[in-house]
Amino acid sequence: MKRLEAYFARHAQVLVGSLGRLAAAPVASLLTMTVIAVALTLPLGLHVLLQNARAASAGWNDAFNLSVYLAKSASDARAGEIAARLRARGDVAAVKVVLAPQALAEFRQYSGFGDALDALQGNPLPDTLIVTPAISASTTAGTAALKQAIAAMPDVDRVQLDTEWVARLTAMIELLQRLALVAGGMLGLGVVLIVGNTIRLDIDNRRAEIEVMKLVGGTDGFARRPFLYGGLWYGLGGGALALLLVAVATAALSAPIARLAGLYGSAFRLSGLDAATSGGVLLASGLLGWLGSWIVATRHIRAINPA
Amino acid sequence: MIRFDQVFKRYPSGREALSGVSFQVGRGEMAFLTGPSGAGKSSILKLIALIERPTRGKVSVGDRVTDTIRPRAIPQFRRQIGVVFQDHKLLYDRPVADNVALPLVIAGVPRKEIDKRVRAALDQVGLLGRERSRPLELSTGEQQRVGIARAVVGKPPLLIADEPTGNLDPDLALEVMRLFKRFNDVGVTVVVATHDLHLIEGFGARRIVLGEGRVAAESPA
Repeated sequence: MKRLEAYFARHAQVLVGSLGRLAAAPVASLLTMTVIAVALTLPLGLHVLLQNARAASAGWNDAFNLSVYLAKSASDARAGEIAARLRARGDVAAVKVVLAPQALAEFRQYSGFGDALDALQGNPLPDTLIVTPAISASTTAGTAALKQAIAAMPDVDRVQLDTEWVARLTAMIELLQRLALVAGGMLGLGVVLIVGNTIRLDIDNRRAEIEVMKLVGGTDGFARRPFLYGGLWYGLGGGALALLLVAVATAALSAPIARLAGLYGSAFRLSGLDAATSGGVLLASGLLGWLGSWIVATRHIRAINPA
Repeated sequence: MIRFDQVFKRYPSGREALSGVSFQVGRGEMAFLTGPSGAGKSSILKLIALIERPTRGKVSVGDRVTDTIRPRAIPQFRRQIGVVFQDHKLLYDRPVADNVALPLVIAGVPRKEIDKRVRAALDQVGLLGRERSRPLELSTGEQQRVGIARAVVGKPPLLIADEPTGNLDPDLALEVMRLFKRFNDVGVTVVVATHDLHLIEGFGARRIVLGEGRVAAESPA
């Protein structure tokens, strides 16, 4: 029990001691941490961007509709008939009928082209059916089949799927997400190398000290310990700085984005990193720092022998 | 305590520093290694502390043949030996007390015990009260005494010193030698390499005289 206590006390001492060393050269330490932070900010920023893009587009994905434009020759009664036939299908959840005059009124109200419409002879718009697919048919294949079936019906001029671009967006977000993961992996490796190189220089500067430690009976592990904690601090500091950079960028962007969303009638708000992700980032950056230091320190300290 | 048996040491440069050295130093004995520079004094001390390995022959320290000590076991082995260097080899970025405490910290001695033993060691070399000084604030002689305090703080049964008085004026040198004698008086085996024959007269200790990589003379034989 006493030995264990002494063990932890020694580690705590080295932990604090290595922090003191970093503080003794604040500019150099901060520079290393900033390099790490910049390397981590890129994938993190991408992650925040994608997380928001997904949040913004999530609502669109579930509620996509088919717009069915009927032939100009079809009568209102015919429109009701087709709507009834569609409602009877198992893969259709709802059908809303928008007759031509109603469509014109809506267009006049929202488009601001009122005066231009007055100049037209008659109503250029057809009767339209807004078809919502059943949940079971809300797949890419399901909606495509439905679209084909409706297009084949008599008096149907054109069927437009509102969601093709949403599918493309989703695919693009997925691609970018994969990209963020790859970039994260590469830059994580970068962090390992940055810390490793810094620690290597550190070890070169403290060569004499390591020799003395070995001369008076210090093991490689003992000589390595302060460098491992040094690497941990570099990683943690870089991670914390990266979180700060992302938070600053999010804060700077959130007001303009809220204004933009407001102009589209959306209550969308830019969200930053949540606590769990932030904790994960700190843990990962600390571990990467430790790893970079471990790889380099293990090799270099073994190679240093008093002469 | 120390036994050399037909020991040869050739360095990678091709220089043969030791060409068949044999001698013994008994437990609790004090011995001076003398001879001109290049005669092999430093090589012998390095072989004892396992800083180097013999090319041929057998070196025994304590009851162990050093050949049988694996690299992983070297740190543990060195904790049984106090080493004093001509250039002190202190850590200049930390205070005297931390320098002296290093072997105890390495050995995992509890903090309270460390403070006590560091003060005792500094007292023995006449530097009590200088714990918080930086090594560079001290004179060369004082720095050497810090080095000695660090060598003895772990109470090793064997103390070896390589030209410990090389940079000191005669009065200080004599004082340092007396310090080694005092440790020997309480049972520590002491081996000191020095080229200063004048200094060691009157100590009445064993003398092993080296010349051209061999033991040229021993007195008393």
